Amino acid sequence: MASYNMNQVRTGLKVLENGEPNVIISCDFIKPGKGQAFTRVKMRNLLSGRVNEKTYKPGDLLEGADVIETSMQYLYADGEHWFFMNPDTYDQVEADAAALGGAEQWIKEEDVCNVTLWNGHPILVAAPNFVIREIVETDPGLKGDTSSGGNKPAKLETGAVVKVPLFIQTGESIRVDTRTGEYVSRAKA
Amino acid sequence: MEGDAADWRPTAGPIALQRRAAMLARLRAFFAEREVLEVETPLLSAETTLDPHLEPLSSRVDAPGIDGRRMYLQTSPELAMKRLLAAGSGSIYQVCKAFRGGERGRWHNPEFTILEWYRVGWDVHRLMREVAALIETLLAGSRRLEPATHVGYADLMRRHAGIDPHEASTGALRRAVADGPSPIDTSGLDRDDLLSRLFGERVEPRFAPDRVTVVFDYPASQAAMAQLNASDPRTAERFEAYVGDIELANGYGELRDPTEQRQRLEHDLASRRRTGRPLPPVPSRFLAALESGLPPCAGVALGFDRLLGLELGAGGIDEVISFPIERG
Repeated sequence: MASYNMNQVRTGLKVLENGEPNVIISCDFIKPGKGQAFTRVKMRNLLSGRVNEKTYKPGDLLEGADVIETSMQYLYADGEHWFFMNPDTYDQVEADAAALGGAEQWIKEEDVCNVTLWNGHPILVAAPNFVIREIVETDPGLKGDTSSGGNKPAKLETGAVVKVPLFIQTGESIRVDTRTGEYVSRAKA
Repeated sequence: MEGDAADWRPTAGPIALQRRAAMLARLRAFFAEREVLEVETPLLSAETTLDPHLEPLSSRVDAPGIDGRRMYLQTSPELAMKRLLAAGSGSIYQVCKAFRGGERGRWHNPEFTILEWYRVGWDVHRLMREVAALIETLLAGSRRLEPATHVGYADLMRRHAGIDPHEASTGALRRAVADGPSPIDTSGLDRDDLLSRLFGERVEPRFAPDRVTVVFDYPASQAAMAQLNASDPRTAERFEAYVGDIELANGYGELRDPTEQRQRLEHDLASRRRTGRPLPPVPSRFLAALESGLPPCAGVALGFDRLLGLELGAGGIDEVISFPIERG
């Protein structure tokens, strides 16, 4: 992989720090009028999600990380791994629970997910922003309550539990924002 | 930042352009009232700074009588203005462009506007008060500043970094920097680099946002073109002025001794050679001016764009200059 000098470092660049992939989220050039220049870099570790800050000198180099984001189709899970396919090449990759990080409670076979690959291995899987899922379990609502005024938990076919309005019933499909985990609307199945 | 269809547009809005013009007018009124003469000197010169931390931009100039001469865009008008002072100009100021390679960031653009002025017969403390007065006057329309604070460099370092900058060993400085909130590989950093890092990380963030902070008596090793303090030669007659943590101005009780000046230039050249950086020629016309006699004086350079940025409450230099380097 390429190395980057301090003139090439910019937001969004993927680099290796202590052997782990990071994405640069900000870099500040610091230079007193009379004195050494520094570059202060904030980066998010793509494995742990933690944000770290480090300062570099003009001659320092950052090693690039082979990280790409790509759309992949979810195929199936075998209880331990989740399998995704590149729709162009039909290449398959297997992701572990750490890479899914909760996305598994939203996704269903054939969903197209945003997968981050590091050296070809998935390290981050994002569910589609919006999904339509069937409710498999929720308490019966009050008859005639078709508007606002309270909500109740509902379990989706993929496992997530979402707060839904009282009038929503088991067997109905709803649209959910996976980023917030919030009910958006009723959907035609 | 590159290749954007909106690249032709200025990054500064119409209000910033108007405020720039108005601030320049007030600046000129400030000096006219004080009978300081406005001057112009060449932006492009055969002589330039040798400061190891500045990278002058250069060009090959061809013209009748000048065949392929390497000439430098000034990093500040200091050398030429001192030649005017030595020729008997009296107190002078200049507001012009300066250029520094490699410098780009929130408050840096390789081309920027600098205000530089010299007071003949003044000591450095008198100039420090005038710097604070100028900043307060030019910002008076937009923000009310508390009276300026004047504080010694060593006091600040002891108070906020727990380090005596004159006594601490280089190893202790290295450890202090390595323990900082933003880790850095300290190899290759010399004593002054370490002090500079500590000052930037531990001291500058403590400066009050609503007043001018003038820091004086920098270590002799960071004297640049300031004379050493007669009462304590561990320190130099160098100061910096800040508003909040934004560095606005750097000034000196000017070094007048040509022998010492030549030694410092040789020292800078040696440092540039060691680090493999470009080696501009020793500025011989400047040295000849010092030989002929620089009058006792104090001088200062101030980043005009940053001052304008403070007036506008800008988040960075791009908001106050028409076209930053990427759109130049």
